[in-house]
This record gives sequence, C-alpha cells and structure tokens, in this order.
Amino acid sequence: MAHSTTAAPSGSSQGESRRDFLLIATSAVGAVGTALAVWPFVHSMNPAADTLALSTTEVDLSKVAEGMAITVTWQGKPVFVRHRTADEIKSAEEAPLSDLREPTPDKDRVQKPEWLILVGICTHLGCIPMGQKASDPRGDFGGWFCPCHGSHYDTSGRIRKGPAPLNLVVPKYTFLTDSQIRIG
Amino acid sequence: MSAPAFNNKIIKWIDERIPLFTVLDHSTSSYPTPKNLNYWWNFGSLALFALVIMIMTGIVLAMNYTGHTSMAFDSVERIMRDVNYGWLLRYLHMNGASFFFICVYVHIFRGLYYGSYKAPREILWWLGLLIYLAMMATAFMGYVLPWGQMSFWGATVITNLFSAVPVVGNFIVTWLWGGFAVDNPTLNRFFSLHYLLPFVIFALVFLHLVALHTSKSGNPSGIEIKGPQDTIMFHPYYTIKDLYGVGVFLLVFMGFVFFAPNFFGEPDNYIPANPMVTPPHIVPEWYYLPFYAILRAIPDKLGGVIAMFGAILVLFALPWLDSSKVRSGRFRPVFKWFFWLFLADCFVLGWIGGKPAEGNYIPIGQAATFWYFFHLLVVLPLLGRLEKPLALPASISASVLKEKA
Ligand code: HEM
Ligand code: FES
Repeated sequence: MAHSTTAAPSGSSQGESRRDFLLIATSAVGAVGTALAVWPFVHSMNPAADTLALSTTEVDLSKVAEGMAITVTWQGKPVFVRHRTADEIKSAEEAPLSDLREPTPDKDRVQKPEWLILVGICTHLGCIPMGQKASDPRGDFGGWFCPCHGSHYDTSGRIRKGPAPLNLVVPKYTFLTDSQIRIG
Repeated sequence: MSAPAFNNKIIKWIDERIPLFTVLDHSTSSYPTPKNLNYWWNFGSLALFALVIMIMTGIVLAMNYTGHTSMAFDSVERIMRDVNYGWLLRYLHMNGASFFFICVYVHIFRGLYYGSYKAPREILWWLGLLIYLAMMATAFMGYVLPWGQMSFWGATVITNLFSAVPVVGNFIVTWLWGGFAVDNPTLNRFFSLHYLLPFVIFALVFLHLVALHTSKSGNPSGIEIKGPQDTIMFHPYYTIKDLYGVGVFLLVFMGFVFFAPNFFGEPDNYIPANPMVTPPHIVPEWYYLPFYAILRAIPDKLGGVIAMFGAILVLFALPWLDSSKVRSGRFRPVFKWFFWLFLADCFVLGWIGGKPAEGNYIPIGQAATFWYFFHLLVVLPLLGRLEKPLALPASISASVLKEKA
C-alpha cells in the first residue's frame, strides 16, 4: 500500500489507515456499548431495593432457659439462638484449634459465652441443621447435625466433620439489654 | 437438493416462493434411511413426541398457575381439584417429564452402544448433549413451581452448588436467588425461564435434525450407506414404525398417568414449602440421581461440584475418547461387555443417589463414581487400541441378507 508502485491517488495510504482507525474505533465503541447494555438485564436479577432494605429482628432471651434453643427468622433465614450449658461452653472453649477445619476460637464467636447466635444454614448446600429441639440428633460434637449430607457442628457451631467447608455464620447482633438482642 | 416436481398447482405456487414442500419432501419421502434400523431407533421421535406433550400441557397449566410464593401451592391444588381436567393436564405434565427423560436416556445409551457419536456425527452428538443439559435445567425449574417442600429444598441445595465457585460463589448464588434465600424472586424467575427453555430445546432439536439429515441416520451395523440398495424411504416406512412406537409409548405412559400418577414423585412435595424446616431426606427427581450420587461421592464441596458437572461435560469429548474405528458395539466383542458394565454402573449410581449418605452407601457410591470416569477416560481409549473387532459385513444390505439366511 504505502510502497505501491501503481499510481495510487495521493493520500490513499493515509485514507486507508483512517478507515482502519474508524472501523476499530466504531467496533470498540459498539462492543463496549453492547456490554454496558447487558448490565441492566443482569443486574435486574440481583436483590431489589425492597429485598435489600435491611431488616432487623429483635429477640427476647428471657424465655430461653439454659440448655434450650430457639429459632427465629431474620431476612428470611433461620437464626439459631442457643443458651449454652456450662459443659457446652467448656467443650467449645477447650477444643484444640488444630482439630478445626476453619480454626476460630470460641471467644471470637460469642459476645457472652452462654449465648450462641448463628445463622442456621449449613455451609455445605444450605439445609437447616438439626439440634435445636431436645429430641434432635446433635452429631458427634454435641452441636448440630445436618442430615442432608452429614455435616457435624460443635457447640460453637464450628464444622468438625462432613462435607461443609465453613463454620456456621455468626450474624451481626447487639445486646439491647441483658435479655434482649437485635439481629442485623 | 433438486426440487421435486409437484403436480398440484397451489403447492407449486407456494413452493416457488417458500420451499416448504421441498424441505418436507427432502426430510421425509426422499430422505434415504438405512433399511436395518431396529426399535432402539424409535426413541428419538418418542422424545420429540414427549417434548410436544410437555409444551402443550405446560401452556394450559400456565393459564391457571400463579408464580407467587403465597399462591403457587394453592394454585396447583386448584388445578388438581377445580380446573376442568386440570388433574389430567398436571399428571400428563408431571409424568411426561419422567417419560421424556426415559426416552432420552434410552436414546443416549443407544448412541453409546452403536457408536453414534463417531465421525461425522460429532456435532449431532453435541447438540443432543445440549438438549439434555437444557432439559435438566427446565425440569429442575419446573419442579420448583408447585412450591412444595421438595421444590423449595431441592432449589436450595442445587442453587447452593454454585456457592462452591471460588471467590464469586456467593455473589452468583445471591444473583440466582434475587435475594438472600430461595424466595419469591427466585420462584418468579424460575417460572419465566421454565416457560422459555422448552422453546430453546425446540430450536436445538431443529438443529439436531438438520445435522442428522446432513450426516444421515446411523444404523445397527455401524457401516455407512453405500447405495440405494441399503436404504428405504423414511416415509411411509419409518413414519409408520415411529407411529407404532408412539402407540406403545402412549399405552405405558397413560398407564402411569391414570393408575400410578405419583409413582415418580415424592410425597413430601404435597407439603407446602417451609423455609424453616428441612425434610429429613432430600432426594432430587429420579433422573438426576446418578449425578447426585457423584456429587456426594467426593468429600470436598468444590470437588464434588466439579465431578458432577464433569460427568456430563466429559461426554462432549466422547468422539475422541473412544479410539475404535469400528462404530457398532455389535462387532466389538470386548467393548460390548464394558458397555453393559457401564450401564449397570449408572444404575448403581442412580440407586446410591436415592440413599442417605451414610454407612456402606458411601464407599459403593465412590467406587461407582470411580468406574464412571475410569470407563470413559481410560477403558474406552485403551479398548480401541487393544481390542480386535469382528469382521464387518460388506454393506448394510449384505448384513440384513446374512441375518435372514
Ligand atoms: C422440556 C419440557 C418441560 C419439562 C421437562 C417440564 C418439567 C416440569 C416439571 C418436572 C414440573 C413439576 C411437576 C410437578 O411436580 O407438579 C413442571 C411444572 C410446570 N410446568 Fe413444565 N416442563 C416442560 C415444559 C413446560 C412448558 C413449555 C410450560 C409452558 C409454559 C410449562 C409450564 C409448567 C407449569 C405452569 C408448571 C407448574 C404446575 C405443576 O406443577 O404442575 N412446562 N414442569
Ligand atoms: S447441606 Fe448440610 S451437609 Fe449438605
């Protein structure tokens, strides 16, 4: 092109590179524009504003006797509130960290040792583990047992055995009074 | 494609403007079909028949179904009790899904035995696998619609599979749900997609048939068509044979619809969804059980998910994994035994998938998972090199005449 020996009209090489530039620039703008246009479609499937609006749940602890547990709903999810016995606290605190899959000491998972607050969703595939009712199986470590694929959680809600990769999640919560918490 | 001569003036007039009749003619009357197809070749047309049943019943069900968590369960019960013939339409749709999968599974194993995936039919095979994947997605989302306990917990467990993806897993799951748990936004989008995907399947079936009519049907001998003596016209010979198959299919299918409509279902799905109580034993629909068994055989979350998806994806490579030049299992004395072993292995996986993950079920499931991959990734490539196939007949026609003699 630039070295063309035929009598090309002067400026043709320049013209072609200008065309190339225009072609590439237009294509680039078109591609970016298309990509941007996809976003509203994708994002429309993310949680809507009303779903996102942070909901909180308040729980009265005074009716939960030692050794008992209740399940409350927070953002459509079950939350376990367990009033732990001295034995349960002891076994949670004494479990050697080297035995844990996601090593977290018990004191980092509670604000007051007797109250254990957890999102009651198995970190494997989302079932609700058993262990809230006195008649439920609690697994090999005295906490919770997920019947779906056999995950065992200890009295701190930490994963000890089975396919789940992580500990049960501790949600954000605050003590409003000694016997009242707000989750969220 | 030379246009056939039409006598009828109107047909001729239309065909010159849009070649509908030429296409029809090429894919029926003048479509040369091997003359030795056995009954295993019926299941493709049966699968198409099942798809038509699903779309027809689905559209009328959708006229009475409500895609909202507070009303979905009751709207399905209303279909069952109050809507005229609603019970029939729903039972046709419910059992139709199972029979669709039965046909497709027979169709796939037919392909595995007769080497239907080998050149020049690789893309035909891929399109079939894409149809299969789309069917699994469609049936999964359909099962969520009645919003019973199994609907809800099945949806929860399956969508949570994506949380195994490193880093972005939780974002994907939230995006799939449109919230922080399976809830109304999830049900709504599943209904939308459940309506859409069958039509995507229809388009894929169309492409599947275009590929079929390009490479032509295979046949039990695995030898290609060599001349007109090997073929007969599709219409009327195979149209009538396929119709006969439809008759037998309907006999069995309607038997279930009328006399055992809940045979394939789970009683727990007649309990309304309760996000606060997980049923003690979650089982997916029977057609997913082998893959569910593979998922649970691997004691690691991400590993299990990879193995499960891998079990299907590996089938895309089958045309290259099976190194044998001989197509049909009929002429492969060793392959034949491995084929039946593989089929048995899939049944074992299906059985394990329906059992709780405990005790002896765990090692059996792991052994069966191992064999599934071992067969496809090691046995097939080696067999093609080591096995000595039987002598092939000279032609399709010769193979048929020899059988008769
Ligand atoms: C590939 C084809 C299809 C498959 C495999 C399929 C599968 C299913 C399954 C397994 C169910 C749950 C049945 C139950 O337990 O109640 C279902 C429900 C439903 N499907 Fe489909 N479906 C297909 C096509 C369609 C189409 C085209 C529509 C039309 C819009 C549709 C509309 C519905 C509706 C409204 C329900 C809820 C009512 C009910 O549960 O019976 N389906 N589908
Ligand atoms: S969901 Fe709990 S073990 Fe799988």
